[in-house]
Amino acid sequence: MGYSRRAPYLFLAPALFLIGVFFFFPVLAAFLMSFTDFDIYGLSDFNLVRLIGLQNYINLLQDHLFWTALKNTFYFVFIGGPLSIVVSLGAALLINSKLVKLKGFFRLVYFTPVVATLVSVAIVWRYIYHPRFGLLNYALDFFGIEAIDWLGDPFWAMPSIIILAVWKNFGYNMIIFIAGLQNIPEELYEAAKIDGANFLSQFKSITLPMLAPTMLFVGIITMIGYFQLFAEPYIMTQGGPANSTLSIVLYMYEEGFRWWNMGYSASLAFVLFIIIFIGTLIQLRVQKSGYEG
Amino acid sequence: MKRTHKIILYATLFVTAAITLSPIVWMVSVSLMPLGESSTYPPPFIPTEVTFEHYFNLFDRLNLARYLLNSTIISVSVTALSLIINSMAGFAFAKYRFRGRDKLFRFLLAGMVIPAQVTMLPLFLMLNKMGFINTYIGVMIPGMATIFGIFLMRQYMLSIPDSLIDAARIDGASDFMVYWRLVIPLCKPIFVTLAIFTFMGTWNDFLWPLIVMTDDTMYTLPVALANLMGEHVQDTELMMAGSVLTILPVMLVFMVLQKYYIRGIMMGSGKG
Repeated sequence: MGYSRRAPYLFLAPALFLIGVFFFFPVLAAFLMSFTDFDIYGLSDFNLVRLIGLQNYINLLQDHLFWTALKNTFYFVFIGGPLSIVVSLGAALLINSKLVKLKGFFRLVYFTPVVATLVSVAIVWRYIYHPRFGLLNYALDFFGIEAIDWLGDPFWAMPSIIILAVWKNFGYNMIIFIAGLQNIPEELYEAAKIDGANFLSQFKSITLPMLAPTMLFVGIITMIGYFQLFAEPYIMTQGGPANSTLSIVLYMYEEGFRWWNMGYSASLAFVLFIIIFIGTLIQLRVQKSGYEG
Repeated sequence: MKRTHKIILYATLFVTAAITLSPIVWMVSVSLMPLGESSTYPPPFIPTEVTFEHYFNLFDRLNLARYLLNSTIISVSVTALSLIINSMAGFAFAKYRFRGRDKLFRFLLAGMVIPAQVTMLPLFLMLNKMGFINTYIGVMIPGMATIFGIFLMRQYMLSIPDSLIDAARIDGASDFMVYWRLVIPLCKPIFVTLAIFTFMGTWNDFLWPLIVMTDDTMYTLPVALANLMGEHVQDTELMMAGSVLTILPVMLVFMVLQKYYIRGIMMGSGKG
């Protein structure tokens, strides 16, 4: 093709302009901001902003709230992420089973929380976790488990948020896993059955290896998404109790948009970006070595 | 053997379905209870008498119509604009050969690792200088052109045969006419897919409208709901009614168009 030489540039112009000016430029600007003392005075007069080199990053390392937020975010990502992937895979295997009819029905039901507005479901779950009138403690009472102060106890607050996140998100990855499972050739399982392999050994020797590329994709998008934890603690706990659910993005929001310490907040945003970037590289590397090994 | 297997399978599926749906069913049910009924023990699952008073309250006293309007205007506008802008870019990437095309496309894809939160501080300052804080356009700007949208459009348009486009050219159609009259009608399914993704993403978004909308008449539904929680945390039934109203529009869109939404997930994961 290539009818008119100008045409492709004209078609691209609006999108590239918007993405360039309102995405890539702010990324660069945030990088620069993280080396300044941009604060509420800078907001009123840009001339008051000074370059302070690495000072924000040095302060970060000495800020116990940053380390708390980092620890909490890692807890959420490395416990909640794998847990939600396991539940997604389990649901996909169940629905994909040849014995099951009503596949469309179950798929729709399991997917419903994915579509629901996060703020709304966070509010709903806040009441479900109520220590006296909440559904969860009522249900646990049946099994003789004593009432837990889910969101009021620093030990249970983050697990509560993880349970909500798994419930909300598992349907998304489930859809991707179902597609991955359907791409596995049936002959592989038939050959394995002839060899007398049971379900578990079929799962280990066929399903998991064949799902490896899907797993990589799911692992990366889940990790990126989970690192951005914000609305759940904002709505349910405001980062408490005792900062046990303060996440990096929540801390960034508070520093930047509540206290207007925008230079410091930008350094938090960049640390988050670097962590996500390294995490993505590690997953790609592990996957690659898996293929070669 | 196979029979027990089947029973266990279905039991697990139905129990999971019940657990998945119960928070949503409970939300709807409590929203219909008289004030205070849900805060009793044991927690009731079904209202003793059905009342719509909380829904009326939300509209009469708590300005809900305004938030509904804000959310609708923003989501519909972002959706319409993003369809045009992303499809034009996708068309250029899919059906033209120009210098640096593949490099540019790879560069954009690499940009998808950058979390949006990184851009928010400078973007806020820029919009502030431009006078876009507290405006619809301020909330809309980051959603109007997206890398994911361009990617979806390009992938779909790659499947349009070049011969069709060449034939239109021979008939004298201009580049824009080819895009408008030929490519867009062929791309209806992917337009629907991107439309639902954008509509739901914008409707459900929280952090960005929370930052941009500082005046409470400009709040979107999720921001208004989070704000309402501050004053009405004791009014469980009222908060549930607000949650139902916030979720309802996206649920309806999804129910009607779910197969297009699923297609988007598949294409995003490279299985479309």
